[in-house]
Amino acid sequence: MEHIRLPKVENVRLLDRVSPRRSRVGTLYLTATHTIFVENKTGVRNETWVLHSLVCSVEKQAAAASGCSLLIHCKNFQVLHFVVPREQECHDVHLSLQRLSQPVLCLAERHTELYCFSYKPNVDEKERCQEWDFLDLKADYSRMGLPNSLWKLSPVNQHYKVSDSYPADLFVPASATPPVIVGSSKFRSRGRFPTLSYYSKENHAAICRSSQPLSGFSARCLEDEQMLEAILRSNPCSDFMYVVDTRPKLNAIANRAAGKGYENEDNYSNIKFQFIGIENIHVMRNSQQKMLGACELRSPSMSDFLEGLESSGWLKHIKAVLDAGIFIAKAVAEEGVSVLVHCSDGWDRTAQVCSVACVLLDPYYRTLRGLMVLIEKDWVSFGHKFSHRCNHLVGDPKEVSPIIDQFLECVWQLMEQFPCAFEFNARFLITIHSHIYSCQYGNFIDLKLLRERTHSLWSYLWKNQADYINPLYRPDHSQTQGLLRPSTAPYCFKFWRGLYNRFDQGMHPRQSVEDYLRAIREETQQLEEQLKIAHLEQEQEWSVTQKAVTFDKSPTAWALGNDLGLANTPQDYTGGFITSSPCQPKAPDGRRILLTQDSNQTSESNLSSGSDQESGIADVSCRSPLSTDSTRDPDSDEAAYSAA
Amino acid sequence: MEFAELIKTPRVDGVALHRPFMPTVEGTLCLTGHHLILSSRQDNTEELWLLHSNIDSIEKRFVGSLGSIIVKCKDLRMIQLDIPGMEECLNIASSIEALSTLDLLSLMYPFFYRPMFEVIEDGWNSFLPEDAFKDLESMTDEWRLSEVNKDFSVCPSYPPLVAVPKYVDDDTLKKAATFRHGGRFPVLSYYHKKNGMVMMRAGQPLTGTNGRRCKEDEKLINATLRPGKRGYIIDTRTINVAQQAKARGGGFESEANYPQWRRIHKAIERSNILQESLIKLVEACNDQSHSMDRWLSKLEASNWQTHVKEILTTACLAAQCIDREGASVLVHGTEGTDSTLQVTSLAQIILDPACRTIRGFQGLVEREWLQAGHPFQQRCAQSAYSNSKPRQEAPSFLLFLDCVWQILRQFPCSFEFSEGFLVLVFEHAYASQFGTFLGNSTAERAKLSLPEKTVSLWSWVNRPQELERLTNPLYEANSLVIWPSVAPQSLLLWEGVFLRWNRSSKCLDEAYEEMGHIIAYNKELQNKVNSLRRQLAQLETEDPLLQSP
Repeated sequence: MEHIRLPKVENVRLLDRVSPRRSRVGTLYLTATHTIFVENKTGVRNETWVLHSLVCSVEKQAAAASGCSLLIHCKNFQVLHFVVPREQECHDVHLSLQRLSQPVLCLAERHTELYCFSYKPNVDEKERCQEWDFLDLKADYSRMGLPNSLWKLSPVNQHYKVSDSYPADLFVPASATPPVIVGSSKFRSRGRFPTLSYYSKENHAAICRSSQPLSGFSARCLEDEQMLEAILRSNPCSDFMYVVDTRPKLNAIANRAAGKGYENEDNYSNIKFQFIGIENIHVMRNSQQKMLGACELRSPSMSDFLEGLESSGWLKHIKAVLDAGIFIAKAVAEEGVSVLVHCSDGWDRTAQVCSVACVLLDPYYRTLRGLMVLIEKDWVSFGHKFSHRCNHLVGDPKEVSPIIDQFLECVWQLMEQFPCAFEFNARFLITIHSHIYSCQYGNFIDLKLLRERTHSLWSYLWKNQADYINPLYRPDHSQTQGLLRPSTAPYCFKFWRGLYNRFDQGMHPRQSVEDYLRAIREETQQLEEQLKIAHLEQEQEWSVTQKAVTFDKSPTAWALGNDLGLANTPQDYTGGFITSSPCQPKAPDGRRILLTQDSNQTSESNLSSGSDQESGIADVSCRSPLSTDSTRDPDSDEAAYSAA
Repeated sequence: MEFAELIKTPRVDGVALHRPFMPTVEGTLCLTGHHLILSSRQDNTEELWLLHSNIDSIEKRFVGSLGSIIVKCKDLRMIQLDIPGMEECLNIASSIEALSTLDLLSLMYPFFYRPMFEVIEDGWNSFLPEDAFKDLESMTDEWRLSEVNKDFSVCPSYPPLVAVPKYVDDDTLKKAATFRHGGRFPVLSYYHKKNGMVMMRAGQPLTGTNGRRCKEDEKLINATLRPGKRGYIIDTRTINVAQQAKARGGGFESEANYPQWRRIHKAIERSNILQESLIKLVEACNDQSHSMDRWLSKLEASNWQTHVKEILTTACLAAQCIDREGASVLVHGTEGTDSTLQVTSLAQIILDPACRTIRGFQGLVEREWLQAGHPFQQRCAQSAYSNSKPRQEAPSFLLFLDCVWQILRQFPCSFEFSEGFLVLVFEHAYASQFGTFLGNSTAERAKLSLPEKTVSLWSWVNRPQELERLTNPLYEANSLVIWPSVAPQSLLLWEGVFLRWNRSSKCLDEAYEEMGHIIAYNKELQNKVNSLRRQLAQLETEDPLLQSP
């Protein structure tokens, strides 16, 4: 690769962010797709892999006696601090990484440097094509009961002529004629006319979405008024509908000067208009930057952190998005009233609010497949500008904004309040987040030929669903049913350490209840099978010999240790005067997610990072499934431990 | 004094009771000597029995002739009673005020309470110092149990029996006691079996401004060091606070007189500041404004989480010195009855797996808090809603429980008890039918004959049905040291106490139940498989064919 000025640097130090005195020495490699740090330590193969497309900034600091610092910030919130011995080397690595982390699009050659085009897992072409058929949005609409007598599939946008950022297949009110639709689209920013996002077949109430009307100070559009009327008519049980503008009122008024704006209640019959006040992408971007600043403070006091969190306003914005979602969900489920949601262009705040409302309303969207469908529907198909917002390609930094992060966080906040209501776990959300930014899959990239040449994240997630299942979820649990009614008191919102401090291993609980329960459930399944076989044998009166054979198979040993075996050593409790504490720094486990199929070494190195006996974690995770009278493998961890 | 004198109106009909997350109950309000009772007099609805001693303060409101009393409890709950009739309302209010502020210990409910359950094991005898010493003897012979304080004359806040280095005689102890605040000479708090290092605790040394020294004190603590080894003194106060203490006769161990010890100062705040912090935190949690900025800024301003972090960090440091540095540690603050105990008890939670069991934790509370002379009566006299000027109230013990909860959250499978147990201990420390937390010291408890006249909380807890309820289903014994994270991101607000009455915990409770089901079902299947296995083994022995393969 021509962009790599220096493929390998030796004697590089990787500093621990929480306690900078801890560091690892190793070799830094630059490849076409990854930066790889391999620790020099005999016996342990400890590697840190960072995908170039996840790098959001590379910062070279002034050279010091110890070397030259290189600070890499990633879009998945990993921060790496390398110290390179010689300044020239640091300079070369810096320039190489800057270039490698900013892929360029060359349309002429039908070629891009995006990672999804070079990512080639071991999957044959037929299977790769099938990946893209895994999700079917039409199936989701028919799950909602559509089309029916109230809502019909409209061909109006078949060739993306009415709105190029809308999907081809759209549901519109049965009474809306093509001229009305087209007329309405001309009165809306970027032609994004009111169309269906979610339909509740229980009470016919619907969530519709659009962009802002081009109302200026006094403009009207008959077709747009008819369009809203048609939406209202498609809900026979209700005599009015809500129009929710998710922007702060001031922003909406300011838009009027530019010939845009919001609906005048006098011009539309039977609407109730409502501002919700979610801030724009620029406010959100700055807020997240500030919040990350608080996360990255070195040994902060409690006040430093809480003040940073407060002044970032991040949780306030999360609350605003959730509050808006709740308003809509309640209107639909409790009042049976349809809602039209828009912001300016209708692809940021509108996407957030509609999808949050869907999660609250419909248990389906709280399942593994359902959340994927929801992101595909409300975000991908309705034209959320992932490439701009996530900075997939070199672009305008002012277009970058963590809009999808906020949606995922809203779901996480709900999971914290309703631990049994979601089929998936937080790891699922974090993995989705990571891949929205990684460009490893073609799903979030708005380019032609994606389906022909790239892989789909959804089928990857589905294949690995065992990793993402919430062990507390039961389809028949009361929490799983119907509308979720979360509390939005400020103290119900938590800081999402699992995402924003994901790579600071020392900060996370040292034992995971979820992993423990997952192991128990797997064991339970095996026991169930054993018992089933035993019962069959008893019924069939098989020979005793065969019984003996069956029972000699003991359930597999529980090897969760690798997952749970986080380093558990004392933190820096002293403020620096005790120096002799032994510590075992560990590589961030992000590798697992970053390059799952990329490297076989990864899984090996995961296995080799044995658990720290100090913490006792290894013992906790190694449960012997059978009690005293079972035969024990003398080599198992548990045996070793009980002897110790 | 008769309780009847204080009860102006013993009974009012038509009272409405409003409680968080419960339907309003209408019924008859009765006041007895120790309880406020509201009964709907219907068969199936529940009654409210509230101990007067659980009432922190009350507030009266009138709308026309309907009076309301808002009862604010020490467990942070708030309930509202709507009482028809101005006079009745005023009478009830003043009676509650009088009954909830009785100072005389012998009038407290535990002296009147008769257990309705069978006492299997008398909790008063479950955690005696002599029994704890037997455990120590099985590990080391370097310590002895001294009776120097048998009549509480050397140190009024110590128990009659304390563990001290074997070769230090009682006269030395007596002299050392004169050099330590409150006579609290250094005694053994914890022996680390793994490497034989110890943790001691004491009151501050009384060096004063002219640098007084006490050879006996030096001898006493040096006796705990191995030859050629150095130890750490953890002073829970900042160096400035410790310096200022000299002017009032206190101070700290100087390098010159204690050359074998290295002193570390930490910054755990004193009682009044902690009490203020609790009041602010609870006020923040009850704020109804729904503004995120306001909540976060009030949470930060309360400093509660800062105190949690500081205490936990200091305890980790003590544990680190012992386990990782292989050094013995002496912990003290000023009196040695608050921050000192927070540190020594938390360090044991970290180091000693036994303290993470239900029984072990009871033993820890007995040893490091009750017998160690934490003045529960003074500290827990009032809680977060008190209107009166704070005297010696402080949430030292609640902060300790909060820190334990933080560690429990980080090591959810390493504790035998659940969060519910910690909440239970918190409630009973502030108001209880049991005598365990009455009094300020062993001496006071003996004088009141508490073991004879009251029931111990542990007698109630240590019964199968209660133990089952308080057991953590995820528990798997973990015999190793557990090092918690003290990063601000890792420390959470203890919702189970501070938001308990502000938000419904239904969904979280259901999740906890679900966990229980998953684990119980697994155990059930294991038992089935095992019993089949046994049947098979029997068949094998009965069937000679199977003997030869």
